[in-house]
Parts: sequence; C-alpha cells; structure tokens
Amino acid sequence: MTRIFAHGIGCVSPAGWSLAHLRSALDAGTALPAKAATRPGSSRPLATRPVPAPEEKLAFLAHPRLRRSSPLTVYAAAAAMEALSDTKREAGRRLGIVFCVTGGCVQFSRRFYDESWRNPAMASPLVFPETVFNAPSSHLSALLDSPAVNYTCVGDPASVLQGLAIAADWIQDGKADDCLLIGAEENDWLTADAYRHFSRDAICSEGAGAILLSAAPAAVELERIIGAKLYLSNQERLRAVRDARAELAPDTHHAVLCDSRTGAGQRDAAENEAWADWRGARLSPKTILGEGLAAGAAWQCVAAIDLLRRGQFNRAFVSVAGSHEHAIAAAFRRHDGVPGA
Amino acid sequence: MVVTGVGIITGLGRGWRENAEGFRVGRSCFRPVSLFDVSRHRAKVAAEATLPAEIPCGRLKPRAARRLDRAAQLLLTAADEAWRQAGLEGTTELPIVLGTTSGGMALGEGYYRRAMEQPDGNRGQASRVLHYLAQSQPMATAAALGFRGPLTLIANACASGANAIGHAADLIRSGREELVLTGGYDALSELVFSGFDSLQALSLTSCRPFDARRDGLALGEGAAILILESERRARSRGARILAELAGYGAATDCHHLTQPQPEGAAAACTMRAACAEAGIGPENVNYINAHGTGTALNDAAEAAAISAWAGDAAPRIPVSSTKAGIGHLLGAAGAVEAAVCVMALQGQWLPPMPGVAAADPQCRFPLAREPAAANLEFVLTNSFGFGGANATLAFKRRS
Repeated sequence: MTRIFAHGIGCVSPAGWSLAHLRSALDAGTALPAKAATRPGSSRPLATRPVPAPEEKLAFLAHPRLRRSSPLTVYAAAAAMEALSDTKREAGRRLGIVFCVTGGCVQFSRRFYDESWRNPAMASPLVFPETVFNAPSSHLSALLDSPAVNYTCVGDPASVLQGLAIAADWIQDGKADDCLLIGAEENDWLTADAYRHFSRDAICSEGAGAILLSAAPAAVELERIIGAKLYLSNQERLRAVRDARAELAPDTHHAVLCDSRTGAGQRDAAENEAWADWRGARLSPKTILGEGLAAGAAWQCVAAIDLLRRGQFNRAFVSVAGSHEHAIAAAFRRHDGVPGA
Repeated sequence: MVVTGVGIITGLGRGWRENAEGFRVGRSCFRPVSLFDVSRHRAKVAAEATLPAEIPCGRLKPRAARRLDRAAQLLLTAADEAWRQAGLEGTTELPIVLGTTSGGMALGEGYYRRAMEQPDGNRGQASRVLHYLAQSQPMATAAALGFRGPLTLIANACASGANAIGHAADLIRSGREELVLTGGYDALSELVFSGFDSLQALSLTSCRPFDARRDGLALGEGAAILILESERRARSRGARILAELAGYGAATDCHHLTQPQPEGAAAACTMRAACAEAGIGPENVNYINAHGTGTALNDAAEAAAISAWAGDAAPRIPVSSTKAGIGHLLGAAGAVEAAVCVMALQGQWLPPMPGVAAADPQCRFPLAREPAAANLEFVLTNSFGFGGANATLAFKRRS
C-alpha cells in the first residue's frame, strides 16, 4: 500500500489569512471575539466570527476566473496557495482536488434566489453559476491550471475526512500524483439563522483549510482514516462517535487529540462522553474559531499536522463528530528521517 | 464490476419498464411547469416527473415519511426499485455514493421566503433546514432501506451522477468495497429553473441536441440508482447481471465556468480514459449516449470531442442524447443516462431523438433519430457539467 504524506498546509480562518494566524490563535487559547450579523427585518441577534480583511492584496485575485467569485472561493484559493507554497509543482504531475463543503456559496445563492423570487427577469446570469456547489473547486482547478480529477463533496463536517480518504485513494490508485484536500465555508446571516435552530450557543464562522497530499515522504504521514460511521438520529450520534474512536484505537503516548468540540454544550456531549477517558493532550480549534462546518474540520486537520511538524507530538488524532450525518476519525504521525520532522 | 440492479424515475414514468419503452421509441414528456410559478420566465415547460401514489418508505416512521421532500421521494422510488431488482433485501452494510446538484433546494427556497416574510417566526424552519441539506435525501434513503454504511455525496454539477457511479466503481475496482448503491437525483426547483432561464440557456421551442437549429436545453427531474457489485460477489450469490461497468474517466475542463473548451479536449480525455480502462478503442464502441444538452456551445464542443477521439471510427458510432425526451436532469443526468445505457444493452436498441431535423454539420457521426434495433457490445455515456466537470462511463453487454 502506498504511504501518503502531508506536504503542505494552508489556512484562512477568523484568526487571519495564514497558518501562522491560526497557530497564534490556537496557542493563545482564547475564543476569538464574535461580531453581530445583520439580518433583514429582525431584531434577533445573530453572532458570527468572520474572516478579517486580508492585510495585503491577494495576488491570485487577478486571475480572470476569480474576478467575481464568492468569499468561499477566495478563502479556499488562499488556503490552497499557502499549502502549495512549500512545494515546487513539476510539469505533468496530475493534481487532484477534493473540495468539501456543508453550506457552499450561500451568499450568492441567497442573492440569486432573492432576485429571482422578486422578479426573474432581473435575476443575474453572472451570479447563478457561482451558486453551484462545484464553482469554487472549478475556479481552483483553473487557477492552478489542473485538468486532473476534481470532486466537490457535500455533507456535514465529517465529509472532510471522507474527502481526505478519497484524496489518498486517488494517489494510491494512480488517478492523481498529488492531491489537494480543501474544506471551506462562508458566513451569511442565512447560515447563522439556520444553525440557530440546532444550537443556540454555537457561533458560525468561515474560512478554509487545505492539505496537500503526496506519496513522496514528508514530515507528517497520514496514518489512517476509519470508515465514516453513519448516524440517522441524535440518539445514535454517541454510538457513532464511540464506534469511530474504538476503531481508531488511539494511544495517548506523546499524542494529541484534535476534536470537533465547539464549546456549545449539547453539541459537544457525544464527543465529551466518547473521549472522556482520553489522557493525552487535547485541542479543540472550534472553541476558539467558531463552528466553521467543513472549514472547521479542515482546521482540525491543519492544526494536527502543524503540531506534528513543529515536533510537539509524535501522533495526532482527529475526531469529527459531524453535525447530523457521520462521525469519523483519522490518525497522523511524525515521519522521522525527513527534513523538518 | 457489474450492474445487478437499476431503479429509475423520470418524466417518462416510474420504473424500468415504462422508461425503457419511452427511451426505446424516443418519447418526449415535456409539459407546462406546475411546481412553481413560471409566468415571468422566458421558458415555460419542463419534464416533471409524476410521483407514485405511494412512496416506498420502507422502515421510515410515518412522521419521517410525511416529511420527505420531492427530491427524497424521487431518490427513494429509484433506490427501492434497484434494491429489489438486485435481490439484496436484508443486506445493510454497504456504502451509498450519490450525485446531486440541488438536494432539497425547494425547502431551502421555502426557508428563505419564510425568513424574509416572517423574520421572527420559527414554525417549520428547523425541519426546512434539515431537509434542505443535500445529504438529507440519501439519509432518508438509508433509513428507509435500513442501510448502515457511509454516504458520499458528489456535487459536480451536471456530471454529479456519472462521477458518483464512477467513484463507486473505483471503490469496487480497488477492492475497498464489494457492493455499492450509487446514482443521482435532482428535483426541479425554482432557483435552478430561474438560473438557466437567466442564462437564456432554456429552449423556447423544443430541446433538439445536435440539431443545426438547436436553441437550448430543457430541464427535467428524476433519479436513477444502480447497484454495483464485484463480479465475484454477484456470481457467488447467483445474481442476474444486467451489464458490466467497464470503464470510467474523469477530468476537468479549465476553460470557463459555464462554457466548454471549444475543441472539447477534456471530454475527449474522459472518453479515452474510460475506454482505456475498459480495454477498448473507438472501433469497439457501438453507441454513445451524449451529454447533448441542446445548447449551441455544449453540443459543438462534444461533437468536436467525439470526432477527435473517434477519428476514422466516428462515422460508424451512432450518437444520441436522451435529454431530447426527458430534459436535463442535472445531478441525476449522468445516472439516468447510465441506466439508459444498461437498458439499451439489455434490449439491444438505440435510444432515438425523433425531434432532430437537420444534424449539425459538425457531427461526423450518425445521429440516432428513429427507433432501431442494434447490436450493442460497448456503449459510452458522457456527462459534462458547469465548472468543467467531465466524466465518461463505459458499459459492456452481459447476456
């Protein structure tokens, strides 16, 4: 079986437009401040954690495909470019892309539907194509000039680890030489309003995380991803998270757990219980960054890989108790003998 | 790997028999849109499906069954048929790999309208959110049929269904799985209809793929499900094999978000890849179910791609697009057209496009325009989506 390694990681989050910003926020360990989101016609408060404006102009925005793209696309592109920045791309190598979202391009979808609802004749043909789930990943293929296979996977946050498994499979099966895994989301009052029905405490956030996978040895190896555990009701959620943990069989020796807790009581209950006896180090990025859905799961992976690259742990486990569909888990480990390990 | 079950619902009807007969004679099923108001749209028709009086809800509790949205009902209807045809009742541990573009879009539209009209009203909103999510229809299917395996939902625009089937095939070919329920589904929705209308991509006459005077596509809705399994597993349980899924190719056309590269380079690439996996060349292919939307740009690029890929064999490969009869089913299109290929291989006929009057001169291949028997051994189906998501599936006859 071909071994799979994490070659580059990139991140856009409410902490800022780079991995360094994410690292700094997670090291500080303090929840980032939430901001009020405006919702038309309602005085009901909605809080979100938005991505701040970039500190410098993003060069890739000059690409013709990104001129009017969604925020989600821009976050994903920035994270992908950072993940690729350490690697020299060789001509002819096929770069597969697996792009994972839960909400997708909500802003353009809301805008287009609103236009269409009020008067179809005024609905913008420029906006509609950007509402399609795979528009961001398509832009990314164009930006990277990559004609290789590209999937957009939709699901709850656990879909990010499912996507990671697809990316690894493509490399192992020879469908791609390298593969980018991306999880991304964008904020909108509509998303925050919708999420409120399931958790009054969770604060929606946005951004993207990207991981470049390859078979060439690097400092961090993707050790395994267990099969996603489907649950069809909240009552089954704990069973699914427990099963995921049991199958992963993690050990605590010099290991860190990056979990998907948000700090919002009820949503965290299953993961709290299933991992109650975990005695290793533990990091919960979403308690600091907010509920980033697919982006959030990608941040977990990025944070785990970063901790291994920094030499703080030998192994990292990622647990994603999805919002309503799957529980899943993955293991990464330091690969000694490689520069940077 | 082999196909041991097919379930389908389209504007032509419910189930293999009604659909196979409709596709065999080239029936068309467009009618005025009744699901939402199109009085202010340019186009007025679509191929709406008629849902069965009783949806096969299986193990769903009555309350959950009542909450099924249109997309879930389409999906469940097709999944139940495929499952029964494959004779797999009692099997629960298998993955589901599906394609869609819209999920429960109509519920999302309802959520938004309610949020705007009654900003502080909550009634029904939680349910709308939950069932709007694209994965809610596959989850309902898993619950109804008692499946416990993981769900994967691929949203690669109009290639979603083909990519889902191709991905399922990859899982079996690599030995990771032995049995997968796969396919695609999409229900008509106002947002998507308005989107294609705003692009002026919808035909104001009739959908005539590859016709020299074509003027656009028509939308439809439906679902198709294939049961894919390893040949070893199918043989060991004595299953009836309907066809072999012999090859799959996927690539990305980076030319433009909504327009294919004029020479169809990525499309030619996916046909080559699917045939390479199947171990065949253009001379072995007896029919192509084209993506063939009926838009000027798509059909021109696909014609160029088929001609470039097939070379001297092009004049001997009949081509048609079943979108002429049932419209463009978006995320379901690739799956429905895969099902059509299985039906054609089983019945040994060519799906015709009777509405096509004069073929576009770019077509170096014959268009199947009238119902005809054929000797089909290998067939291809092409799917090309927004964003340049391209996919080709190759099927082989099994008697």
